[in-house]
Amino acid sequence: MNDTTSGLLTIAVLGLLLALLWAPFGDHMARVVTGTRHARLERGLYRLLGVDPEAQQSARSYATSVLAFSAVGIALLVAILMGQQHLPFSRGLPGMPWDMALNTAVSFVTNTNWQSYAGESTLGFTAQMAGLAVQNFLSAAVGICVAVALVRGFLASRSGTVGNFWVDLVRVTGRVLLPVAVVGAVLLLTQGVVQSFADQTITTVTGGSQVVPGGPVAGQEAIKQLGTNGGGFFNANSAHPFENPTPFSNLLQILMLLLVPVCLTRTFGTMIGSRRQGLTVLGAMAALFTASLAVAAWAETTGQGVAARAAGAAMEGKETQFGAWGSILYSTATTSTSTGAVNASHDSLTPAGGGAALVNMMLGEVSPGGVGSGLYGMLVMAVVTVFVAGLMVGRTPELLGKKIGRPEITWVALTTLITPAIVLIGVGVAIALPSTRDALGNTGVHGFSEVVYAFTSAANNNGSAFGGITVTSTFFQLALATAMLLGRFGSIVLVLALAGSLARQRPVPTTAGTLSTQTVLFGSLLVGVVLLVTGLTYLPSLALGPVAEALTNGALS
Amino acid sequence: MSNLTHVLTSTGRQAWVGARLLLVATLLLGIGYPAVIWAAGQVVPGHEASIGQDFPVADDDWFHGRPSANDDDGLASGPSNLGPSSPDLLDLIEQRRAAVAQVEGVDPGSVPADALTASASGLDRFISPEYAALQVDRVAQDRGLSVAEVERLVRAHTSGRQLGFLGQPRVDVLALNRALEGAD
Repeated sequence: MNDTTSGLLTIAVLGLLLALLWAPFGDHMARVVTGTRHARLERGLYRLLGVDPEAQQSARSYATSVLAFSAVGIALLVAILMGQQHLPFSRGLPGMPWDMALNTAVSFVTNTNWQSYAGESTLGFTAQMAGLAVQNFLSAAVGICVAVALVRGFLASRSGTVGNFWVDLVRVTGRVLLPVAVVGAVLLLTQGVVQSFADQTITTVTGGSQVVPGGPVAGQEAIKQLGTNGGGFFNANSAHPFENPTPFSNLLQILMLLLVPVCLTRTFGTMIGSRRQGLTVLGAMAALFTASLAVAAWAETTGQGVAARAAGAAMEGKETQFGAWGSILYSTATTSTSTGAVNASHDSLTPAGGGAALVNMMLGEVSPGGVGSGLYGMLVMAVVTVFVAGLMVGRTPELLGKKIGRPEITWVALTTLITPAIVLIGVGVAIALPSTRDALGNTGVHGFSEVVYAFTSAANNNGSAFGGITVTSTFFQLALATAMLLGRFGSIVLVLALAGSLARQRPVPTTAGTLSTQTVLFGSLLVGVVLLVTGLTYLPSLALGPVAEALTNGALS
Repeated sequence: MSNLTHVLTSTGRQAWVGARLLLVATLLLGIGYPAVIWAAGQVVPGHEASIGQDFPVADDDWFHGRPSANDDDGLASGPSNLGPSSPDLLDLIEQRRAAVAQVEGVDPGSVPADALTASASGLDRFISPEYAALQVDRVAQDRGLSVAEVERLVRAHTSGRQLGFLGQPRVDVLALNRALEGAD
């Protein structure tokens, strides 16, 4: 079997597994968020928390809960990271400096998992598992909660309520994320991912000495993928043999990071009573994903770029066992889902391959996007799409039985503007600072791409990096933390405002004049609108970065 | 003013609920969950994973591994992060090509890409079968073993695609060199 057959077969098997899981897992999630019965353990927990599980929250109250919960999460995580030397299994490591701790706490609570530290040389095991991994679960659950709240906004009839955040959070964590993470972790154990509580020092074959790091990796790895978090236990992330030891674990990780975002389209369809609508959204996501994968796979497997041509193949920053196909499928999946885990150096990808990774994030993480954030991001784009279509025919636009009036389009316009604004302002400020030049790992246009990638990744809550850039200065720690916070919670507040505004409306009946939103035509229009919004916003920065690098064959380096 | 007070109390109350939930989650997900996975690890049979070790091109006794951006330091995993047009990377590729060609006594054009490029982890213990084949004669000669014996060892440490289609064919240099040590 040649490499191309192997690569295409791997993609086909991944697609087949997702197709098989789509309906049962999507419907499971729908039952979890719509069910009226509480498990005994959950009832006990609600009593302990002082929460009435039958109470319904307005969108404003729901948003307050999200923000308050996340603020407490950041505070606890900063405390754990700065004081880790007092915790068990600290491996003798000191606490993090304040700016790195703040950046890291924001990073994990916003589901970004941007890492300005190297795991194996910076963190003890308790900080990793009781600090970071807990937020891997909770930040992912928050994303799903917000998406579900938006769907409820479409369903509500003048109630103005969008659900109960605490009930959603407990159920999504306990009934969706935890059970699947356990299964995933056990499968990863069979492939050799470690779950230990000690480092070892060994004598190498040549008689030298080498520290072999340990840690509770398998558990953290499973939720890192499932929750589209992406923060590696080790610096090399999923390129490390202890995080991702075999080609099978590589495929499993890609499956796990796509699972929830892909199946949430089914959850959405089931909740609104139109599975075809869910399929239409999934189709638009899949079209964007496939196009990006095709470009990147061409560039990587044919070894585009001067360095790859000099070496004979694009193998710089790639593991032998994954090769070009296993690396590019991973990089496309991780940047399309706001995961940000990596099994190859994105900085060393070919110009078009790295550019595709960048564009996946610039799309706003909607192909299929992060857990929850992908669905609400795509629904926001669907509102823009019906608005554009409504302008063309001169009708008040409607989506899923709700009128898209002035308040709705205001929230949507702000949502589509906030992330690009953070990215472009952030890049502008960083490039204007003389100190940024010394922080770059590469010169010329590729160095510029490192800065664009950093702010795009942070604001879109992806977390992967063109890792050559050094981001440990207080400027970058705070600037990127701000980008992550505003990108995440700015969007969430606006999306919940939209949900509230929809929930206060009475549904309008479907008439012959209503634009059908479950057709291939609408799906295509949706793809077009996503590309248009992204293109108009980011084309100049892309032209100065990866496009220039690809077209000049590195002559501008 | 009363509205503001109400908002603040409400936020404070929500934060207090959140704090309690966070503590429960830290116990269950942060300690209980990894403990359960650790227990599962004691009974679930798993592949033996190991990290790569340094077998530099300068050392004739061994099959050489791929270049590592961190000299196979177990506490500093990571790639070079040199870009696809990086002049530094181009220099490194040419230096490595010349060094490998000289050590193996082969044409510089025949050195495979994995011998010229650093891995993503810096701890890659695999090389391509092509790079292993390039090294057989030298290792056999240096160790006083027959070429057939060394080829047999290489074959024994070569893996095909997992499940017949996943990943790349590869040679485990670490295990191969360990076996070589035993064969002397």
